[in-house]
Amino acid sequence: MTEPLLELRGLRKAYGAIVVTDDVNLSVLPGELHAIIGPNGAGKTTLIHQISGTLSSDSGRVLFDGEDITHLPMHGRVLRGLARSFQITSILPAFSALENVALAVQARSGSSFRFFGDAAQEKALNEAAMEYLSMVGLAPRARVAAGLLSHGEKRQLELAVGLATQPKLLLLDEPLAGTGHEESLRVVETLQRLKGRITIVLIEHDMDAVFSLADRVSVLVYGRVIATDSPESIRANEEVRAAYLGEEEVV
Amino acid sequence: MPTAARLDLVPVAIFAVFAAAPFLASASGAEGYVLSLLTRVMIFGIAAMALDLILGYGALVSFGHAAFFGIGAYAVGILASHGVEDALVQVPVALAASAFFAAVTGAISLRTKGVYFIMITLAFAQMLYFLASSLAAYGGDDGLTLPARSLVAGSDFLENDYALYGATLACLLGAYILLRAVVASRFGRVLRGTKENITRMEAIGFQPFSFQLTAYVISGMIAGLAGCLLANQAEFVSPAFMTWQRSGELIFMVVLGGLGSLHGAIIGAAAFLLMEEFLPEILHAAGFFLNDDLRWRLTENWQMVFGPILILIVLFARGGIVGLLRRGHHD
Repeated sequence: MTEPLLELRGLRKAYGAIVVTDDVNLSVLPGELHAIIGPNGAGKTTLIHQISGTLSSDSGRVLFDGEDITHLPMHGRVLRGLARSFQITSILPAFSALENVALAVQARSGSSFRFFGDAAQEKALNEAAMEYLSMVGLAPRARVAAGLLSHGEKRQLELAVGLATQPKLLLLDEPLAGTGHEESLRVVETLQRLKGRITIVLIEHDMDAVFSLADRVSVLVYGRVIATDSPESIRANEEVRAAYLGEEEVV
Repeated sequence: MPTAARLDLVPVAIFAVFAAAPFLASASGAEGYVLSLLTRVMIFGIAAMALDLILGYGALVSFGHAAFFGIGAYAVGILASHGVEDALVQVPVALAASAFFAAVTGAISLRTKGVYFIMITLAFAQMLYFLASSLAAYGGDDGLTLPARSLVAGSDFLENDYALYGATLACLLGAYILLRAVVASRFGRVLRGTKENITRMEAIGFQPFSFQLTAYVISGMIAGLAGCLLANQAEFVSPAFMTWQRSGELIFMVVLGGLGSLHGAIIGAAAFLLMEEFLPEILHAAGFFLNDDLRWRLTENWQMVFGPILILIVLFARGGIVGLLRRGHHD
């Protein structure tokens, strides 16, 4: 059996009496696209925050690539290859799309304590950034200020920024949230292309996307993982249907 | 970008004016006055630019930047009173002291955000102000008169007002070129990124704190240099150099000129100091239709007009004076 790339052991987070993450155990295998689904308020975003280091955990451990990263700050985790996107779009609005990505490339190539030389003219950074933009289909918009991009384009840009940090594992927090039909197709297509090349943990409400992309699916309900299995088995799982899919999702 | 290329004319024009001013000053007949006023303008321009690095590019509102004025000025004053009068010693000491103060206070202040950062930088500056006031050996509250201006490698050419003006202009140009490079560099790009969205910067693997602290130290050192020049210009050093009002004026100059443009800070410093200097006379002339008593009161209380003018510029000229120039270009 292969070693998991990411492993959560007994992870817990509570706000007062409300337990948001309740003894979560989860293994993500290298190369897989692992989706986490669950009804609203199940604690999916909190879990992502704990994995990425935005929030600290009350107890439990986060193991990544054979290393205990439970107490590492976010930037330290990023440098070890654990990148994330945000549910609410998080970009540098005044920077061009290209510069948003180039900055992420810069973070991984050489020191940023260089005080001379125009960073915007650094060919190596810009060329690499352009490649990532092309990967998500945003190359024609490279020179546009990120704040002026459409919502869907911003989601694609976030994906490109995440990729530019050269992650081993990419945490995607609802990359399709708020996108139109066309745009969401484009993001799904991009994910399809990335699949297998890097490990992805995907949180998403769009069930069509989840079931078409995921290798494995974990279901989170009230902070607990109630099942982890292949998409087919999850569809058939009675407990999952009762807790989450309900009557509206006849599958 | 064509707009950027056109905008670059503004700093060129600023430096051309400062370079030409001494020639006009000697023609004016009041050269001592003109030179000393413009030297002050340039010194405040250096300090305001230093503040713009962290305020305009890093969104760090330091309300204690006058402290670095004080450190630079006291380094000159204290060393001179012990017979060390050469700028080649004074300036490095001033820069080292500024860097040390910035590193220590910055490391503490930067652990806080927003209003707390403003308050804690103010508190550190006040500590230094009271420390200077209590230095009885160096004049305490009354300050310290310099025996002479600094020597440079043993030569006393700075005694000449033109030479001091030239040296100040060289420092202004040097600081501008240095800061312009820093802002465009890899380091500057990270700093600008932290201003835009600090969480995003962490999420791509940067630790904002170390970049902000470095910027704070650079900024403090340049403001410290301005302090050395201020001591030489005034030939006097006093705690009044680092009052919180002075820190506030520096912020005002940066905002007035236009945040995050560097040369805007120079324009802001010039606008602020020249208005402060000439507004009483302008008001006196403008009040010709008033009776003598009213006219005198208006001139005496010129700050009642100064305040609203500043507020109006900040309110209606988004992006400060530089913003106005930019808008003029687009129309």
